[in-house]
Amino acid sequence: MTAPALKAVGLTKRYGRHHALSDCTLDIPAGRVVGLVGPNGAGKTTLLQLAAGMLAPTAGTIEALGGHPASGADQLAKVGFVAQDTPTYANLSIADHLRFGAHTNPGWSQATAEERIAQLGLDPRQKAGKLSGGQRSQLALTMAIAKRPELLILDEPVASLDPMARREFMKALMGFTADDKASVILSSHLVSDLERVCDYLVVLVASRVQIAGDVDDLLAGHFRLTGPRRELAELPGGVDVIEESHTERQSTLIVRADVPLDGGSFTVEKLTLEDLVLAYLSKAMPARPAWESTR
Amino acid sequence: MIEFHLDGRSGVAPYMQLIQQVRQALRLGLLVEGDRLPTVKEVVAKVAINPNTVFKAYRELEYQGLVVARPGVGTFVTRTLTDQSLAAHESLREELRTWLAKARAAGLDDESIDALIATTVRTPTEEST
Repeated sequence: MTAPALKAVGLTKRYGRHHALSDCTLDIPAGRVVGLVGPNGAGKTTLLQLAAGMLAPTAGTIEALGGHPASGADQLAKVGFVAQDTPTYANLSIADHLRFGAHTNPGWSQATAEERIAQLGLDPRQKAGKLSGGQRSQLALTMAIAKRPELLILDEPVASLDPMARREFMKALMGFTADDKASVILSSHLVSDLERVCDYLVVLVASRVQIAGDVDDLLAGHFRLTGPRRELAELPGGVDVIEESHTERQSTLIVRADVPLDGGSFTVEKLTLEDLVLAYLSKAMPARPAWESTR
Repeated sequence: MIEFHLDGRSGVAPYMQLIQQVRQALRLGLLVEGDRLPTVKEVVAKVAINPNTVFKAYRELEYQGLVVARPGVGTFVTRTLTDQSLAAHESLREELRTWLAKARAAGLDDESIDALIATTVRTPTEEST
């Protein structure tokens, strides 16, 4: 059995009295593309930096590929990390970046790196500072891919890219996943960025994991029920209400059901991934009075 | 060779969309026996989706007996989908036209007709449960 890509037990990170991450428990199998979704400030970056060994936990444990994230050179060679907004060195040329990568990564594949730069139509002599946002992100991804990690962690890689560059970035990232059978974890505050590429989802809100699991399982286990209000009490056991809203006559419920669901007089509908995530977001976030006052 | 696309708003799971596109191409004769499906790498590089989604779709197509995977060579179509139900379409269409005329005579507009059909199709009948 291969070690899980990421395993956390009771993982907590505090800055003074502020909880960046609270009691986070995860067991993510290897070989998946994992989407980490949550609003800004939910703790996504903290979790990813803990996984990459850039932060130490306040309490609890975390393992990446079965190893302690900050345990040394072997671990660092296995795990790739692309920080928020895909940073590069503005004054270094593309060729300098590749040379730097070759010197600092034992598993570096110069052939892979050069091939990708050629495919992108970039001149290796060009300075990174002169590249477009999309090209810069592709350079950062090239560095990460040429390192040939078993686990690649990307923090909001496409947040600052235009739709075209996003698509190109995702194509390249998925191509890498198909080739190397590596595990990938990437974060975004937009589900739509991740919907097509992820097969495992972690929803993080207000420093806590709200739900985590295989995307197909999540979609198969959540439903929207709509029906007359008075029959709300008819819900069978084994059904968790995630979100509910009522009018005088009608009730709309988002539920999680591990058992086959017989809606009775309710209309049962499947959810999109976005609806599912939004239900967990609104469950975890206290109602915002600002929304009501803008009506 | 078939080229896949994905409709992000259809509500149909991506792997199911790939399966439907292959089945559709088989029905329309765009894919025939012996044709190779694009490799997983080719698909993900074209539509930016998870490789596991493509694997899953291809496995399901193989299970349905429509394609066969030859390791290191590719995935090949083994059977076409000549549609046996095609012959029945015309008479069903006639009946549907008669029904629609009745519905309109009863005062239903297009929207009410769509709603009625959608809810009826979704309601499990005794035969299908």
